[in-house]
Amino acid sequence: MSDVPTGGTQEPSSTAVGGEEVVPSEARTLEVVEVREGMFGVHGTGDTSGYGGLQRPVAMPAASRRPFGGWYDDVADQLERLLGEEIGSGAIESVVADRDELTLHVRRERIREVCQHLRDDPALRFELCSGISGVHFPHEIGREFHAVYHLLSMTHNRRIRLEVAVPDSDPHIESVVSVYPTADWHERETWDFFGIVFDGHPALTRILMPDDWPGHPQRKDYPLGGIPVEYKGATVPPPDERRSYS
Amino acid sequence: MGLEEKLPSGVLLTTVEGLAGYFRKASFWPATFGLACCAIEMMEFGAPKYDSSRFGMEVFRASPRQADLMIVAGRVSQKMAPVLRQIYDQMANPKYVLAMGVCASSGGMFNNYAIVQGVDHIVPVDMYLPGCPPRPEMLIDAIMKLHDKIQHTKLGAHRAAEIASDEKVALEAVPTSAMKGLLR
Amino acid sequence: MSTTDTGTDPYAQSQDTTSGPVFTVTGQDWDEVVAGVDPDASERIVVNMGPQHPSTHGVLRLILEIEGESVTEARCGIGYLHTGIEKNMEYRNWTQGVTFCTRMDYLSPMYNEAVYALGVEKLLGITDQIPEKADVLRVMMMEVNRISSHLVAIATGGMEIGALTVMTVGFRERELCLDLFELFSGLRMNSAYIRPGGVSQDVPEGGLDAVDRFVSLMRKRLPELAALCNQNPIFKGRLKDVGYLDLAGCLALGVTGPALRSTGYDWDLRKKQPYCGYETYDFDVITRDEPDAYGRFRIRLDEMDESLRIIEQCVTRLRALEGAPVMVADKKIAWPSQLAIGPDGQGNSLEHIRHIMGESMEALIHHFKLVTEGFRVPAGQVYTSVESPRGELACHLVSDGGTRPYRAHFRDPSFSNLQATAAMSEGGMLADVIVAIASIDPVMGGVDR
Repeated sequence: MSDVPTGGTQEPSSTAVGGEEVVPSEARTLEVVEVREGMFGVHGTGDTSGYGGLQRPVAMPAASRRPFGGWYDDVADQLERLLGEEIGSGAIESVVADRDELTLHVRRERIREVCQHLRDDPALRFELCSGISGVHFPHEIGREFHAVYHLLSMTHNRRIRLEVAVPDSDPHIESVVSVYPTADWHERETWDFFGIVFDGHPALTRILMPDDWPGHPQRKDYPLGGIPVEYKGATVPPPDERRSYS
Repeated sequence: MGLEEKLPSGVLLTTVEGLAGYFRKASFWPATFGLACCAIEMMEFGAPKYDSSRFGMEVFRASPRQADLMIVAGRVSQKMAPVLRQIYDQMANPKYVLAMGVCASSGGMFNNYAIVQGVDHIVPVDMYLPGCPPRPEMLIDAIMKLHDKIQHTKLGAHRAAEIASDEKVALEAVPTSAMKGLLR
Repeated sequence: MSTTDTGTDPYAQSQDTTSGPVFTVTGQDWDEVVAGVDPDASERIVVNMGPQHPSTHGVLRLILEIEGESVTEARCGIGYLHTGIEKNMEYRNWTQGVTFCTRMDYLSPMYNEAVYALGVEKLLGITDQIPEKADVLRVMMMEVNRISSHLVAIATGGMEIGALTVMTVGFRERELCLDLFELFSGLRMNSAYIRPGGVSQDVPEGGLDAVDRFVSLMRKRLPELAALCNQNPIFKGRLKDVGYLDLAGCLALGVTGPALRSTGYDWDLRKKQPYCGYETYDFDVITRDEPDAYGRFRIRLDEMDESLRIIEQCVTRLRALEGAPVMVADKKIAWPSQLAIGPDGQGNSLEHIRHIMGESMEALIHHFKLVTEGFRVPAGQVYTSVESPRGELACHLVSDGGTRPYRAHFRDPSFSNLQATAAMSEGGMLADVIVAIASIDPVMGGVDR
């Protein structure tokens, strides 16, 4: 056994510890994305562990306040100048600096404009769009789908993440294909897997799934779709139906 | 009949079936049906170290019309399944299918929405080869076993009788769902 | 406008309700009908190529519009190998995720594992606690993998243009790399060797000597491949000026890796954003000012030499690090199980089993908890990237504080690079499409995941 307590595994900085919410002092809004129930993945009458009533909210790292540190402030200042508005009031909802990564939460109708500035301004110059993907947070009402853009500035050797949240009822985001042509397939993939509609995309069709496939597989409410495996009278259910730790 | 005694020494006698089986197995051309990881091991099987030309199989045919064996090497997705079936239908008889790797045999570790849980849902499989991916040696072993099967395949009326008896045996066999007991 | 006598045609009755042009598809006036649709239609042919085709580098489907031998439009159809790996990973714990992501890009499994492990470590905040030996082993295995991957890229590229000798040579050499993987990890491919916290196994007995032999053998054999191809007039004739893509095209289309470096831009994440201690190794980034298939081929050849240099430095370091740990010291994260070669060739370490089953109840509980439940990772998201043989391979991991990834997304270089197909092959010859695609070396397992 190691006697070096390295930490990091058990005490998430901004999420629940021992059933209580710990809000970092500098946080403005806590982005609760999930509520975890119980302890051992069994729900209803089958749970005899005594932990069935346990409820713990799961929150993503909260928005940061200035100074964000290092070049993060330069990027934020330059963007404020170009957009002519302060962070939090207009196109950029909030800024999260977490684990040495900068995340800008952008309003969906302004994403193309923000990308255009990020690409074209010499002080920013994020010339490569690494990729776009989605994340589904079914418990974050009104912001169920997040489209996540990863941009890379080769000139300044920086990386930045843009996050756009849209509600399930109206999953529309402005397409950035006109700014980053490489976004073409990435947006198609995000549409295919999450059903996020990118308005203005030249041909938003399914890319990985067959054209006639029903549903969007990476959504959390879409089942994994495995079949029970039976051998010698014993049946092993597919992974999403097995008991697991929650 | 006495014919055998009149032959000069050194002439081997065999049946037409044996001869046909011998020729079939000795020029047994696989179709290229590489899908995923197993396809690389299948190519390795054709490359110098494992050298499939030792078994007359170095000609991987791209055209299914010229192929005798379809090695389904890798995971078959729902999108690929109709393509696979079409390739199989285009192959000329006698044709054989080898499900290479667990994904092709049973879906393997990818028990999910995207993967066909065993290629035997789409085409009849003659040989299952486990492994993820199986080594080229294992592929050689599977192909040797398939060669043996082909060598002993019958012709004409005998073949029809063989199919009938095989089917009878298969119908009487205990289905895997009814097999109980220790997991081994 | 009906071009046939529709009154007598049993297959296309006339309709009075329609306004505008009406085309019937029977009768003997096809030319007129087609001319009404598109004056150039007789010259346009749309060819479907793949997904089962020997020259499309896997299950890639190409939809090519051709005019004679020239390609006027090229589109890719992908998804024929979509495996749902990202979704499957959401139902397995963090350590088990390695076994899934290693099967994505099956020609560079070590990179898939490394980028995922780096992501998990960054989420945990233990990046600086990874033992040095684990880092050196990761670098060594990644570089061996780079050689094997480039060899297959060259081999299959050669095979697709009919140079079968290039293929046999490439696969013969690749077998040597796989022997090393087998020696170090127990598996030829998909080895799940690099895990969150370190690597699964220490250096096996005689392992470093085997690497030494490998390096000296490769130093002899890689020049053979160069001698076979570099100045070969047929080879050059097929590759030169084919699949041209300049720097602006690369950046717009998100193309990275050898294709980007063939434009003369020295973008290599190993140098620019070092991970696993790459900043401490002495190697050069290969660039060329020939943004075509031939330039990319030469870059791959030269990169293999650089990889050999890195491997040699790794061996020197590993000799000095004998007995050092290969897994993070935190036992709450480090995978408890050890492997050993049993009488059947493989298996769990009997000593470890004796320890947990016979000696220490606490060790058994710890083992059970860590293996069945796994460790918890604080909520948040990270993005890690490595320079895979095909370009920037990156992993976007989202954790909700649980024992399993909430979302794992992989930015596979092949996926982005393949978008350049149209830019590289439109206007060229039909046969050059194959060369252009082979030059970016897409691996469909990575594209479709």
